[in-house]
Amino acid sequence: MSGENHYGEGQDVFERVRAMMQWTPQGRALGLEVTKLEGAQVWGRAPYKAEFVGDPETGVVAGGVITTFLDQLCGMAAVLAMREPAVVATIDLRIDYMRPATPLRDVLAEAHCYKIGRNVAFVRAVAYEDTPDNPIAHATSTFMVNAQRPMGANLREKKP
Amino acid sequence: MSPQQRLADAIARIPYASFLGVRAELKGDELTLVLPYSEHLVGNPLLPALHGGVVGALMELTAITQLAMSSKSTKFPKTIDIGVDYLRSGKPLDTYARAKVIKIGRRVANVQVEAWQNERSQPIAAMHGHFLVADEEKTPA
Repeated sequence: MSGENHYGEGQDVFERVRAMMQWTPQGRALGLEVTKLEGAQVWGRAPYKAEFVGDPETGVVAGGVITTFLDQLCGMAAVLAMREPAVVATIDLRIDYMRPATPLRDVLAEAHCYKIGRNVAFVRAVAYEDTPDNPIAHATSTFMVNAQRPMGANLREKKP
Repeated sequence: MSPQQRLADAIARIPYASFLGVRAELKGDELTLVLPYSEHLVGNPLLPALHGGVVGALMELTAITQLAMSSKSTKFPKTIDIGVDYLRSGKPLDTYARAKVIKIGRRVANVQVEAWQNERSQPIAAMHGHFLVADEEKTPA
């Protein structure tokens, strides 16, 4: 995607993308952060907190935390790949777990939207503590592009 | 201790389940995980819609809890992989999930999960996953 202009370039993009993360209540609840952007790639951090532990015997963070983190980061990479930012919706998300996350350590991740079309964006991501060559999990995902629906759409009753 | 009580205890032992607010309901041998709606679970505040990751997390927890019930092991199974299909936007309502264990092998279990809100016949997401239920015996070096 090099040579093309997309949302993930320019002056205040970093601030806008950070604001996107803060805009999501679940992102705030997990304390997710964006740390770096480059084209249609985004790097982030999910801080370790005792309340996110999934296995009390080992102190390992729940898979669900990594699922949410990677879903969020993949969606952001899809938005970054666009010329004009638009809402995306996850179609499908597959996560392979190579090993448990290390207790007491933050989880880092990077996501890359390697193809975007008019309708669908394809994104890969990897989660790790230090470097991607020692991964905790890999994610492959697809997103609907321009999944914009009217504000409050989910509050309305279904049409009869 | 009743199976319902044992299940409630197992869920209560998982800090992340409390963070989400998940509770378990057991009718006979049929387990349903319930995720009451809460503002902190939202991904898109304009619609508003539940975060897809949260729905995925609920289904993974359902699979793990169902497997822990089906096997005698006191250890939680480990996730090998999950694939989540998102079918409908998660509304600001309570969400339910139920798992079907397709096969438990010696080491790997294959599980399918569905999540829904108002209508069981209108699932908001479906998951299939593989879980490690037992470690290969560690042989002394």
